[in-house]
Amino acid sequence: MTYYEHGDLARFPEIGKDAPHLAEAFFAWYGKVFAEGALTKREKSLIALAVAHAVQCPYCIDAYTTGCLETGSNLEEMTEALHVAAAIKGGSALVHGVQMRKKAAQVSM
Amino acid sequence: MDVPFPSAARVAPPAPRHRRLSPEAQLAELARLSAPTFQAHLARAGLPALTAGPLRVLQVNVGKLCNQTCRHCHVDAGPHQVEANMAWPTFAACLEVARAARPPVVDLTGGAPELNAHFRRFVHEVKALGVREVIDRCNLTVLLLPGQRDLVSFLAEHGVHVVASLPAVNAAQTDAQRGDGVFERSLEGLRRLNAAGYGQPGTGLELTLMSNPSGAFLPPPQAAQEARFKALLRERHGIVFTRLVELTNMPIHRFLEFLLERDDLERYVGALSQAFNPAAVGGLMCRDTLSVGWDGRLYDCDFNQMLELEVAPAEARTIFTWRDELLAERPIRVARHCLGCTAGQGSSCAGATSASSV
Repeated sequence: MTYYEHGDLARFPEIGKDAPHLAEAFFAWYGKVFAEGALTKREKSLIALAVAHAVQCPYCIDAYTTGCLETGSNLEEMTEALHVAAAIKGGSALVHGVQMRKKAAQVSM
Repeated sequence: MDVPFPSAARVAPPAPRHRRLSPEAQLAELARLSAPTFQAHLARAGLPALTAGPLRVLQVNVGKLCNQTCRHCHVDAGPHQVEANMAWPTFAACLEVARAARPPVVDLTGGAPELNAHFRRFVHEVKALGVREVIDRCNLTVLLLPGQRDLVSFLAEHGVHVVASLPAVNAAQTDAQRGDGVFERSLEGLRRLNAAGYGQPGTGLELTLMSNPSGAFLPPPQAAQEARFKALLRERHGIVFTRLVELTNMPIHRFLEFLLERDDLERYVGALSQAFNPAAVGGLMCRDTLSVGWDGRLYDCDFNQMLELEVAPAEARTIFTWRDELLAERPIRVARHCLGCTAGQGSSCAGATSASSV
């Protein structure tokens, strides 16, 4: 048995076996989240793709790479979306440098 | 055999070197898959087996000669296909059937149909019959060939509806599917069509764009993608068109071989099966189309033609032996490739067959 096996995404519904009411609620909510709304399905798929990279979920990356292509995005747009995720992750690391500088100032002469 | 524009070979990429499967071998590949059969999907949805309704579209595949060698092509068309092209007696038989059956639409496909030496004569004569709509399925780059400089004006003068292939509004995806430099040449083809009035309001000259996914995934929702294509082509390139239609890639010939090379056939057909949409069945093109092969043989659709699944009635299997009373209400020949037409929003030569993918 290994982590992140390719076929595991299709087994996602098995998560409902021991808590079906929670799984039903989750999948119903999930479906509504990705329905066409104030944001289009295409825009939501691009957000999902970016978040998938930020949380480094291989299942989500597989699913939303296909999801983005099937809602009409191209690789240029998808690559820009994940740069947004990377920029926020990188920025969030860097902005903590302010805390570092404040702490250093507090303890330094 | 007529090879009107041998120079076509110089503007297209070389034919790919993948293995070529016979129609019989392709059907065998589809038959061994684990996805439920097309018939099983219909039965599970409580739908009857498919039968043909009244003839609406006489679709004439004039041959496999093309100046492009697209990676998704279900026809296996290309510059190398110099033999399999329709001769005039077969065109003449198509005219006779059009005269007798009065289909509202005559739809010319290929290959690049314009490269058949008899294309213009046939268009002229079929228009003279009073057929309401004549379609030319155009790859756009053919419009730029030296021997075709007057093609746009010919099409416009005859009021031909141009259905032009453009998978994406970017070069990377378009060229990956259709060959290096095809995107830029396609834009030039579209500009020439626009300049002749195609796609422009009030001219009556319809310019439909047809988009196939540039890979092994389903097409986007048609209405949303049309809006994006319209905005991007207008803003970036000053190009206008009438409508966009989406067509699912069919696991036949070159696209089947692409899937086999990547060991992805099982997954792709499984995805088509999972996306089976009963609401897409009613609008399937096989129900109102008769497809004619370059040699005059008859099929329920262009996909069945490439798999050599001839129409069911044995006494009416060619355009020369066409008999409406035998072909009307004929059972449609089906196999697993039909799942491509019922996946998601549905797929046909006229685009989506359902308002949504449920």
